[in-house]
Amino acid sequence: MRERSHRTGPGNPARRGPRPVTGRNIGGLNSPRNGLRARAAQADSRHVRKGIRALIRIESVTKRYPDGTVAVDRLSLEIPDGSVTVLVGPSGCGKTTTLRMINRMVELSEGRILLDGADITRQPVNTLRRSMGYVIQNAGLFQHRTIVDNIATVPRMLGWDRGRARTRAMDLMERVGLDAGLAKRYPYQLSGGQQQRVGVARALAADPPVLLMDEPFSAVDPIVRKTLQAELLRIQEELGKTIVFVTHDIDEAIRLGDMVAVMRTGGKLAQFAPPDELLSAPADEFVEDFLGAGRGVRRLSFFTSAGLELTTDPVVAVDASAAQIAERATDDVPYLLVTDADGRPLGWARAKDAVGGEGLDAAQLLSHGRPFEFGRDSLRDALDCAVLSPTGWAVAVDGDGRVVGVASQETIAGAIRDAHAERKGSADRKAAAGAPGGPGATGARRTAR
Amino acid sequence: MSGGAGFFDIPSDLQHTYLGLIGEHLKEALIPVAGGLALSLPIAQLCVRFRWLYPPVLWVTTVLYAIPSIAFFVFLIDYTGATETTVMIPLTVYSLVVLVPAIVDGVRSVPQETLAAAEAMGFTSMQRYLRVELPIAVPAIFAGLRVATVSSISLVSVGSLIGNEGALGNLLSDAHVFHRSNLAVTSVVTTAVLAIVIDALLIGIRMLLTPWLPRGSRSARRASVDAVTGPAPEEARPLEEAAR
Repeated sequence: MRERSHRTGPGNPARRGPRPVTGRNIGGLNSPRNGLRARAAQADSRHVRKGIRALIRIESVTKRYPDGTVAVDRLSLEIPDGSVTVLVGPSGCGKTTTLRMINRMVELSEGRILLDGADITRQPVNTLRRSMGYVIQNAGLFQHRTIVDNIATVPRMLGWDRGRARTRAMDLMERVGLDAGLAKRYPYQLSGGQQQRVGVARALAADPPVLLMDEPFSAVDPIVRKTLQAELLRIQEELGKTIVFVTHDIDEAIRLGDMVAVMRTGGKLAQFAPPDELLSAPADEFVEDFLGAGRGVRRLSFFTSAGLELTTDPVVAVDASAAQIAERATDDVPYLLVTDADGRPLGWARAKDAVGGEGLDAAQLLSHGRPFEFGRDSLRDALDCAVLSPTGWAVAVDGDGRVVGVASQETIAGAIRDAHAERKGSADRKAAAGAPGGPGATGARRTAR
Repeated sequence: MSGGAGFFDIPSDLQHTYLGLIGEHLKEALIPVAGGLALSLPIAQLCVRFRWLYPPVLWVTTVLYAIPSIAFFVFLIDYTGATETTVMIPLTVYSLVVLVPAIVDGVRSVPQETLAAAEAMGFTSMQRYLRVELPIAVPAIFAGLRVATVSSISLVSVGSLIGNEGALGNLLSDAHVFHRSNLAVTSVVTTAVLAIVIDALLIGIRMLLTPWLPRGSRSARRASVDAVTGPAPEEARPLEEAAR
């Protein structure tokens, strides 16, 4: 179970939403170390109960069309339970074909696919399909049915009575963030993003253990896409489905995937790894090209900012007295971060100007830029804040937007070096021991809190 | 109005009142369309399933349409006699030339992703046809039905050629025989009004069957929806997202 060992590393703060820093728990094999977010811990225990059912195992599968074209070439993948596995690659790489072989919309030519240990051809094809949710580009809603009827389709086919199916559909509308008032509307009355939410709700309706998603978000605009991705992660956090997700967008793959399978033209697997490993160690030139520029910076998304050494030295309240200001504004502190009475950042003041004046003038401050949320945002976000900040210092806030400290570009660079060293060290240890294990958040310094 | 020359005065040889003629006319026009629809549905389904079948089927229906009704009558009169049936059989055949392509195109216009979604949800092919393809093809089918019905209403009149089986069309031959041109006016005007009324009726039924079709301008409708429910969730959320 090689791929599982990667899951014990520090979390993926690239994920927005309630996912905890250490929350990449798959199959419940590790327990949350963080302990900060009780809700997330509950979600994790649900994973545990689900056990390792619904594991999809693709064994040396080939799809050859009658004209001799090979769409998928001896592909083997183990899709872990309760996690998001992304198939990504250029067009013609066989990713959609692979997905469709799982619910037999395309029949494989050679090899076999096991679902929960049993060959998928063992059960009637429509029974198999009803046990897997399917989300498709442009949603593919039934335009002649209301939203609630669309969502209730599979439960109705499975013989649920109308009332129960409807209640279930209404629950799901809420879960995917749709207003209940839309229930009686028809698909044409919804925006593209709303339609795609309905598509997700419809796929979840009969609570299938597996969700197949075929480029579900590629037809919506980038802003809506980002929102839908975040919502998917939120829903996944709650439900812990086994999701197979197809996309041609490597950024989407890295954002959503617990595991990413990069496929190349001709239906061959180029690399199958967690996104962090993909970015740090692309298997070959093709994967490297496909990942594109900025790998190093993007990989910082997988390092938590929790280990950053913050300082509160330059932080002053807007109503601070002249003496307090003078005390803060030492030679090492060229700028002061001014906060309001609640501790929320207002902006930067030049230390020279502040000292000797009659207090701080909130109107004269330099913008503090976008702060990052300490512990939850990644080192990449922290670095971004520092680079964009007029003073070169990044402002760290807590979940309520109150300042917890500031970090200089140098501090962040140091944290990045430490994080890399730690990650490498654990990889070496792992290689030596041949056993799962990783540094986790325990290795991070949390002095600033 | 005097001397039996009024608009609604029908010569006694037709053995029908004005309303009776209308009833007769509707019967002879609509039964063939209904029959044609019943034939077209399976034929169209076969054409959708086996793509190669469609061109030859289209060719055959077109050729049948090209056969003059008189030729049909001459052929059929040996079997069905000088009856309504003899009039209705060619009309049924003629309706196919409109209905088959209408249904085929309607079913084919169902978006690929809708079909894929239905397949992925475990619909059998029969369920898919009845619950997805056919309902979505309803607007196209009704477009065909309207043309077939209107043309059938006008074609019934040729039935007068085989002896008073043309309903309102019989007034045309009477106009000729009795030198009463006002009968021709009655015939033509009534047939036209009938066609318009039935067409309007079909539009009404279609609208009842397809509440899911955008009415009028799509954007106007969308705007009214937003006015009711407030901005769509994803229009609000990116702001939160961007703020992070």
